[in-house]
Amino acid sequence: MSWGKQDMAKRAAAEIAPGSIVNLGIGLPTLVADYLPDDGSVWFHSENGLLGMGPFPYEGDEDPQLINAGKQTVTVVPGGSIFDSATSFAMIRGGHVDLAVLGAMQVAMTGDLANWSIPGGKTMGIGGAMDLASGAKRILVLTRHTTKEGEPKLLERCDFPLTALGCVDRVITELGVFDVTGDGFRVVELAEGVALEEVREKTGAPLTE
Amino acid sequence: MTTGRHLNKVKPSVVDALEPLFDGASVMVGGFGLCGNAEALIAGVVERGVKDLHLISNNAGNMGKGLAAWLRAGVVGRITCTYLGNNEDLHAAMREGKIRIDVIPQGTFVERMRAAGAGIPAFYTPTGVGTVVAEGKETRTFGDREYVLEEALHADFALIRCKQADPFGNARFWRTARNFSPIMATAAKTTILEADALVELGALDPDDVHLPGIFVHRVVEVTEHEDPFEYRTVRQKETA
Repeated sequence: MSWGKQDMAKRAAAEIAPGSIVNLGIGLPTLVADYLPDDGSVWFHSENGLLGMGPFPYEGDEDPQLINAGKQTVTVVPGGSIFDSATSFAMIRGGHVDLAVLGAMQVAMTGDLANWSIPGGKTMGIGGAMDLASGAKRILVLTRHTTKEGEPKLLERCDFPLTALGCVDRVITELGVFDVTGDGFRVVELAEGVALEEVREKTGAPLTE
Repeated sequence: MTTGRHLNKVKPSVVDALEPLFDGASVMVGGFGLCGNAEALIAGVVERGVKDLHLISNNAGNMGKGLAAWLRAGVVGRITCTYLGNNEDLHAAMREGKIRIDVIPQGTFVERMRAAGAGIPAFYTPTGVGTVVAEGKETRTFGDREYVLEEALHADFALIRCKQADPFGNARFWRTARNFSPIMATAAKTTILEADALVELGALDPDDVHLPGIFVHRVVEVTEHEDPFEYRTVRQKETA
């Protein structure tokens, strides 16, 4: 057994301290919001110019000019603010965002992250990924442990184009929670029913307990 | 409409507003995807039939809409953007390789324009260090961190959209439609503003002006917009 997407999102939510300013990347990371307390203790930043992003609007209330960075319609919580992109990226690049939860194609044991382009594949673009990776105070990666083809994504060194050097602190996959140590990955927690041997087989870098 | 001692920048039509545009111009266009697009100005550029524009925009359209029309009409010779996503027209342009497309980090994209507007020729940032973005660029270490030198990004024109504007070009935006627009306005030689509503001088409280009119050169009122949804996400009302 291993974790499903929702379990991974729930585990990621447990990493977020009350009072944090958090930016959730497109895709799997957006699920994390569903597992945070609905008490206003965590503020969501969206790089298109919104601090205090709320849930999706009720049907009929949606506004095409109120969106998140994934271009989905959203709402603003009481106390939220809207600003231009320069101010938004000053928040990111100036180190004012406490945590960014990002997806990944590859993560190196040194914390290098590759999440924007697969050589020979479709390039989705950089967007805010490089700024978040190098600017947010802490980087949590939420990703499958291997590619669809079964290739490890946690590696000694990334061979895909990099997003940023040495930026990743912690990785959550369907197999567990892992910290970047510089010379390997340290197992923080294993998903229920997952054996260390399985993780070792699916990881392309030294694994320590 | 009285304009007081200020130059009246209001143009009677989109065609008039776009009059100074020329072949080969660099053109910044505001909007995050389709959110906050100057729809009438974007359409007006296609109708005008210019060529070889250097388009500077975060996404260059999506779903065949917005700036995708420029790609289809062949008015663009070069693109600077940050994200392709599901913009199939842009992916197609990239595959064909006929036009130069530079994909750069979004924070660097907007900061390069902010620098241009503020008279700063270049700046150092850690974003992109150790990646393809820093290739061929000067780097320097401050403290214990490496930074890459990025240059200001200027343009001949900025085409932007706002909710309300007065004849001097003071503007207020709506929600997240603001995004890059006020910064682009500072970085362009000529900023053309498409306003959902034109209001009298003095109608906007000075504390509420998001973009001061000094950065705006031509204003056109366009009351009808499509404002398409890209991803219309909603939740159901909880039933008691």
